[in-house]
Amino acid sequence: MKEKHKQLHQQYVNNLTKQKRYVRLTQCSMLLFFFVFWEVAAALKWIDPLLFSSPSRVWELLLTRIQDGSIVTHTSVTLSETVAGFLLGTALGTVMAGFLWWSPFLSKVLDPYLVVLNSMPKVALGPMLIVGLGPGFTSIIAMGALISIVITTLVVYNAFKEVDENYLKVIRSFGATKRQAFFSVVFPASYPSIISTLKVNVGLSWVGVIVGEFLVSKQGLGYLIVYGFQVFNFTLVMLALLVIAVLATIMYQFVELLEKKLIRRHHT
Amino acid sequence: MAFLELKNVEKTFFSKDSLNEAIRNISFSVMEGEFISIIGPSGCGKTTLLSLISGLVLPTTGKILLDGKEIQRPSPETGYMLQQDYLFPWLTIEENITIGLKTMGNLTETTRKRALLLLKQLGLADHAAKYPNQLSGGMRQRAALVRMLSTGPKLLLLDEPFSALDYQTKLKLEDLVFSTIKEHKKTAILVTHDIGEALVMSDRVILLSHSPGSIQRIFSIPEELKALIPFAARNHSAYNKWFQEVWKELESLERKA
Ligand SMILES: Nc1ncnc2c1ncn2[C@@H]1O[C@H](COP(=O)(O)OP(=O)(O)OP(=O)(O)O)[C@@H](O)[C@H]1O
Ligand SMILES: [Mg+2]
Repeated sequence: MKEKHKQLHQQYVNNLTKQKRYVRLTQCSMLLFFFVFWEVAAALKWIDPLLFSSPSRVWELLLTRIQDGSIVTHTSVTLSETVAGFLLGTALGTVMAGFLWWSPFLSKVLDPYLVVLNSMPKVALGPMLIVGLGPGFTSIIAMGALISIVITTLVVYNAFKEVDENYLKVIRSFGATKRQAFFSVVFPASYPSIISTLKVNVGLSWVGVIVGEFLVSKQGLGYLIVYGFQVFNFTLVMLALLVIAVLATIMYQFVELLEKKLIRRHHT
Repeated sequence: MAFLELKNVEKTFFSKDSLNEAIRNISFSVMEGEFISIIGPSGCGKTTLLSLISGLVLPTTGKILLDGKEIQRPSPETGYMLQQDYLFPWLTIEENITIGLKTMGNLTETTRKRALLLLKQLGLADHAAKYPNQLSGGMRQRAALVRMLSTGPKLLLLDEPFSALDYQTKLKLEDLVFSTIKEHKKTAILVTHDIGEALVMSDRVILLSHSPGSIQRIFSIPEELKALIPFAARNHSAYNKWFQEVWKELESLERKA
């Protein structure tokens, strides 16, 4: 009997592994097919290689740009701006949500303003930021942060508000102060919502930073895209896009790692 | 002097377009070491009464005195166990049972050891490192009990602690809670909707009438039942007579409503 169960379990595990392998295989072949098709289409002139470039050209450009070091500079500029904007936006948004939770009066007063700010397209504020903060680093980071701060505030504040009142009763029955109640109950109870806004913010801060670089145009991947477009070097544009795709994915993976660490046991 | 004293306590909940009188004119007192049960129809204000005694909610009128002092806010003297266990799902059982000590700034190696010892006494020693969702309902209820006891309160407030459990587990936990409370010489107030449970656990049973809840009658349980542990008390010959008595009173309430 025991033996049989073991066998069945082994079979079950094998099946799972097999399924996972199929999924991975299909994903890889799709990617491979995409690049091969792109290459062939460009070589046979189905698409205009001047406009759409080709994987081999992008690859060559990548190698030369790595050799002269320029891609590394541009990438690190954009990446640091994005990470800074992301962290700043998320942190400030969460702190803001904390204040709103703390003071119901403040949250009632600010409610309409937050709604307006949230529905406003934040990138439209770009020129104002540049006027205020100067055409550089600061404006671009501000853009990356601004784009996620309001939505973070709203979502996290909602999560704070929706924490089951009974958990608060438990901690207050031990004589907890408001501060203690916040840090030992409200905040940890909201980890899942905070993580899901982090996921959204990864994408948003890339948008903010790239648009910022479009406007300021000195260096960075956004600058490469605009520059490549202006001099009709679409290989450069494609290269910048691919680098962005890879980096954004890596950042997202980091957030998922954090999620696994923080909310393993979160759901009852 | 009474350990806990309620004087003409009333509680009305206000909202924008209604007002809800939950309990009306409740007065009783509890001696140190006494075990009181509160029973009554659903919605008659039992939970409200407990949260008033816990200091989480303040009465609209009237006074509640604990050790002669008026209750204004939750006191370290009082432990409160809610209608469900409400263990924090993001903390391990050990972290859950020590959070009260931590909040009060009393978490030392000694108090932590004491909490873990209590956990062991309630048969959960092997589960300290687990998370609440890895435990069964009965285990979680015991862990919640340890969490309440860990800070050493003198007055225990229990809101239907066994209502979500299967019958067997419930009977076993009744015995366990009863002997734990007697051993530590605590004063306890238990809310329940189970007449039998109220009879076998307590020294006195307070029956509340329909909402707004007020005291309908107080039953004093005779010595012969009080002395027995709950399981034995359920099998005592006097048990049935008392059950009938309380049952009749509850029935007459139903008829009035
Ligand atoms: N925070 C609150 N705000 C408004 N009304 C409330 C509040 N808490 C309780 N009530 C009302 O007070 C009355 C008594 O509620 P309570 O929860 O004390 O009843 P209960 O006897 O514990 O019921 P049950 O047996 O179902 O647990 C109910 O009418 C309820 O709607
Ligand atoms: Mg209740």
